[in-house]
Amino acid sequence: MSSPDLRPPIDPLDNTSDDPTQPTTLVLGGHDFTSVTDTVASIAENPNPPRAWYIAFAVTASMTAMLFAMIAYLIVTGVGVWGLNNPVGWGWAIVNFVFWVGIGHAGTLISAILFLLRQRWRTSINRFAEAMTIFAVICAGIFPAIHVGRIWVVWWLFPIPNYQLVWPNFRSPLLWDVFAVGTYMTVSLLFWYTGMVPDLATLRDRAQTKTRAIIFGILALGWRGSHRHWHRYEKAYLILAGLATPLVLSVHSVVSFDFAVAQLPGWHTTIFPPYFVAGAIFSGFSMVGTLLVPARKWFGLKEFITLHHLENMNKIILATGSMVGFAYATEFFIAWYGGNPAESFAFVNRAFGPYAWAYWIMVSCNVIAPQFFWSKRVRTNTVAMWILYIFVNIGMWFERFVITVTSLSRDFLPSSWGYYSPTIVDILTFVGSFGLFFMLVLLFIRFLPMLAMAEVKTVMPVAHVSGESKPIGDYHGDIHILPKAPKEAT
Amino acid sequence: MSEGSKVYGILLEFEDPQNLVVACRKVRDAGYTRWDAHTPFPIHGMDAAMGIRGTRLPLLILAGGLTGLALALLMQWWMNAVDYPFLISGKPLFGLPANIPVTFELTVLFAALTTFFGMWGLNGMPRLYHPVFKSARFRRATADRFFIVIESDDPLYQTEGTSDFAASLGAVAVEELED
Repeated sequence: MSSPDLRPPIDPLDNTSDDPTQPTTLVLGGHDFTSVTDTVASIAENPNPPRAWYIAFAVTASMTAMLFAMIAYLIVTGVGVWGLNNPVGWGWAIVNFVFWVGIGHAGTLISAILFLLRQRWRTSINRFAEAMTIFAVICAGIFPAIHVGRIWVVWWLFPIPNYQLVWPNFRSPLLWDVFAVGTYMTVSLLFWYTGMVPDLATLRDRAQTKTRAIIFGILALGWRGSHRHWHRYEKAYLILAGLATPLVLSVHSVVSFDFAVAQLPGWHTTIFPPYFVAGAIFSGFSMVGTLLVPARKWFGLKEFITLHHLENMNKIILATGSMVGFAYATEFFIAWYGGNPAESFAFVNRAFGPYAWAYWIMVSCNVIAPQFFWSKRVRTNTVAMWILYIFVNIGMWFERFVITVTSLSRDFLPSSWGYYSPTIVDILTFVGSFGLFFMLVLLFIRFLPMLAMAEVKTVMPVAHVSGESKPIGDYHGDIHILPKAPKEAT
Repeated sequence: MSEGSKVYGILLEFEDPQNLVVACRKVRDAGYTRWDAHTPFPIHGMDAAMGIRGTRLPLLILAGGLTGLALALLMQWWMNAVDYPFLISGKPLFGLPANIPVTFELTVLFAALTTFFGMWGLNGMPRLYHPVFKSARFRRATADRFFIVIESDDPLYQTEGTSDFAASLGAVAVEELED
């Protein structure tokens, strides 16, 4: 009897590689341009989505309705419906704001920074991540707007003349936030839409009904793939990426100034901007993964969003998760080394005080959980990675909770210490924001191309023309030598 | 083709980017100026193959960004130090460090808006109608086919000669477009 073959079967969908110097095939399954278009466009064209889509939409739409009901209750009654009181005047609203803005960092990081670094694997995931960014920033924007108490004067945040003839205070980090998040939302939206126009034109040209032809016709702006247009388009895309790169790093830095510029122990530290940015990327990639792992399975996109893509994302999560862990350690070291009793108390209080439970949830989820990604078996196992993403999502929410609440609840004066607990309204509002987020994701998947078709085609081997001597096939690397032509007027 | 209707130009269809680039070089070398290639995705090397010059978009964006920078500084100085002097915690009425974040954000915002509107504006968009959309064949230009259009406005364009030239480029289909 022959011994059984113990070698693992070769998986045609496993394109992970241990040798980073070798090019990896980014699109599997022997696709050509026609099949890429058909596969991706048919998801957004299917007139009858699976029943699961309707169920998910009903659930998330109900949660969204609950979110707006809670907001209405808050506006009608006042911020007393939340658990806020002295000394904790910043509760879940700010925690949720920082949580959602942080998640919103992955999209622009993937589209801009990975684009400038020529990480070609980004093409399969950037559209989805950018959409997720915009939805997360929408969720984030709700909380500061409703937490002001008198929401009908929220326009005082903007430099608009009002009847009191007072302008906003431009030396306040809270105002910097308005500009940072507003700019980030606008630029993310422009970037997302610009990237989507060629694909909207594809949907227009494939439209089977008059309505679709008109809607996508308008959205596509009359795009016809002209190379004179592509030329400016690519230049504009590159410059938008260049502009978005410092922007994405600035947004969470400015958010961290809300804390770091204050005098409170535990907040007043210079490490906050880089530590917040690393945490934002960490949480953003985890949320992208949380959505992509099921989406690639349900919509048959395993050949585009391959294990190589997921493994790369997991490596980024491991790197940024370790940076976050290092920042936690540095904070403790400086609290001790700085010799400020209020500061060292704040940190001992975080780890062993009344909120120790939250602190240790944070450490387990953010520092310990991502360390499993050192193992390639974990990095390439979709179930294992999805469980770890969920841990990171939970941990990053608790990080913002720990930072916001522990410092406020016990500051310099022991007689004014207190313990903060959320109310049911706080909890339902936060749960409702998840409803809004997932509802928008579901609508996006249903109606818009969730993979950047035009961009995916550029990383396929058949797309590349490298001079006459090398006809096609050399698609790795970006050197495309063609005989120089004298530049003529066009 | 009927001689009565005005001809917009001639449409050539190719099946793969390699043949398109080779054909584009020939059109360029033949001296045509009013012509274009249409592809589902940007192809590297096409700028040279078509002889496309650089765009002035980056200069516009620089101007947009500098406008945002100047406006942001002016706004913060005028609002907090001139129109309503806003004295808080003894801080200077106008101190550059505290005004940098808003200045940075508005610089990026103006530059990004210039990029977006400048690029679509220079491309002449939105333009929902174009003669190429009349061709059923052209619908695949956004999916999996590659096209060249030589316009009848081109000084070198001749009804017979250009058709013969087009036929020599190796296109899988040639079609005359009505205006």
